[in-house]
Amino acid sequence: MALDSPDDRGAAGVVVTAAPPDSMAEGRQPSAIGPWRLAGRRLRRNKVALFFLALFLVIVALCLLAPVYANDIAHIGPNTNNITGTVSVNGKQQDIVSLSGVPIGPTWGTHYLLGADTNGRDLAVRLLYGGRTSLLIGAIATVIIMVLGTLVGLLAGYFRGAVDFILRPLMELIWSFPVVILGVALGTALAIGGIGPVKGNSLYIPAFIIGVVYVPYLGKPIRGEVMRLRNQDFIDAARVQGMGPWRIMFSEILPNVSSTIIVFVPLILASSILLEAYLSFLGAGVQAPNASWGTLISDGLIYLQTTPTYSLIPGAMLVLTVLSVNVVGDGVRDALDPRAQVRVRT
Amino acid sequence: MTGFIARRAASAILLLFATSIVVFGIFEVIPSYNPARAIAGRNATPTTVAQVSEKFGFDKPIYIQYGNTMKLIFTGQIIDYQDNLNVVQQFGQRFPVTASLVVPAAILWMVVALVLGSLSALRAGRLVDRGLMVAAIVGVSIPVFLLAAVLLYAFAFKLPWFPNTGYVHFGDNPAQWAYHLVLPWVSIAVLSIGFYSRVLRSSALDVINQDYVRTARAKGLTQRQVFTRHVLRNSLMPIVTLFGLDFAALLGGAALVTETVFNLPGIGQYEAQAIGNLDVPPIMVGAMFTAFFVVLFSALSDVVYALLDPRIRITG
Repeated sequence: MALDSPDDRGAAGVVVTAAPPDSMAEGRQPSAIGPWRLAGRRLRRNKVALFFLALFLVIVALCLLAPVYANDIAHIGPNTNNITGTVSVNGKQQDIVSLSGVPIGPTWGTHYLLGADTNGRDLAVRLLYGGRTSLLIGAIATVIIMVLGTLVGLLAGYFRGAVDFILRPLMELIWSFPVVILGVALGTALAIGGIGPVKGNSLYIPAFIIGVVYVPYLGKPIRGEVMRLRNQDFIDAARVQGMGPWRIMFSEILPNVSSTIIVFVPLILASSILLEAYLSFLGAGVQAPNASWGTLISDGLIYLQTTPTYSLIPGAMLVLTVLSVNVVGDGVRDALDPRAQVRVRT
Repeated sequence: MTGFIARRAASAILLLFATSIVVFGIFEVIPSYNPARAIAGRNATPTTVAQVSEKFGFDKPIYIQYGNTMKLIFTGQIIDYQDNLNVVQQFGQRFPVTASLVVPAAILWMVVALVLGSLSALRAGRLVDRGLMVAAIVGVSIPVFLLAAVLLYAFAFKLPWFPNTGYVHFGDNPAQWAYHLVLPWVSIAVLSIGFYSRVLRSSALDVINQDYVRTARAKGLTQRQVFTRHVLRNSLMPIVTLFGLDFAALLGGAALVTETVFNLPGIGQYEAQAIGNLDVPPIMVGAMFTAFFVVLFSALSDVVYALLDPRIRITG
């Protein structure tokens, strides 16, 4: 019963998610079920999580179909200006951008479905392309965090001593900076100069920044867990067998922390998408002419009174995406480890 | 206790230097970055730029520049490059605004999160709990700037209940002060209410199953006594840590988005402008200011730990 709501622990606060396998109740010889299959089965029973997973996939599919929408329905690219053009609304021709510079609101037709921005660009097309950007940056940042955070946690936790002495203060330093301030400072600096061959307006720069800023949020808990694991007998046994430190880390310790890592994936993804929006909102993330949900919300703020859909529709897309990732994340956490307490700050 | 204070002070000083070096370093890697040009103004000749560069020491090696900047910060003479304002004075003038924003918002989110989190834990699995936890997960999924925009649209434009932006000093008119700050308080608090009530609920549910809670119930304490004295007190630990970090960050200027959207002249707004103009001194001072609060509040939360749980001793 406990799996149909996020973060559910059952009536009396008893963790009921780890119910015994069904086969035991029927009195037959219990067939062996691995922890992963058990978790998969719990997740499949969690209808709310499955619904939000489907919602997330629909949003991803919509954003991936952005070029199709742009070419076959709206017939305009995401960065195509059209300041002097007109569009027909209910049979009447209207300026896309009025003489005083005010862009048209939603037409609810095939052209300029959600209206235009000050450059006469189609907001619906930009919404989908912007979603692609936001999701792509979130995904790249998540991969960076997963790889670096796991590596840092394994190295600092396993070698301790000198390695830990270098890595831990580095993580503490990043940790004690407010995420937004560090991210914005890095973003502004790198948007101007770029890093080496990467240009300042590249999408990889915000992804890289988010990756760096969130590494301690995974690295610290992994380090703690590795430190506990490395004193256990099976590690000694591996060492006595003659395994080297790298092999012990990756074939003995890594499988034991993998469920923690997986629990963090949706949380980190949700936080990365949110942080990208923050950075872009403050002008330190995605750079013009590219759009992301954050830049669209920011651009639309001045039209909040006249055309609230300009800001609020990208905002709604952003919230729905982050919400669905968070709900799925709760489901994954309940399925894998109902007692885990993880949190990522934004 | 003296050892504790000494260790904390030492780590505070280390952290202050580390953050200032990081910020200084970030801006030194920009190839086209030239603060002299910003100070000299838009139409300055190359000679003027060179003079400014010499006067401010931008032609010196980087470690000397860093040393000079730090000396100016600690003597309170540092000026920003954009408007030639004294940065330390600006922080002093703007800090009351940020504090007016952050302190009541923090009280609001702690009280609401404690009530909602406890209610959820006590009614775990029931309708109230489910409803609250749905609200909480929605709360943590809304970015602050979007919530601020929605609140402005709904309660300042559509329904003109609140002023849309601006700030009135508490000393001038306390009622107007609060009236102008209601929407900013709410937009900061919602995210934290969501986070904190979720954390409190799950840690309270862990504690409820402990033996000493059963003992407390068995010896005849009322439900209320069991909850407040035994459950709540022990499940506040994770909240205290989070609160220290979040509160410190917000006081140090992390509320920059809220201050920008609502046009509140606090240190966050100053930092946001400085970041936009690549104005290093305010960003450096801001980062060190934040680091100071982070160290201060993490030390304070260790003290609170010891108060909450007598098994914990302050050792440093």
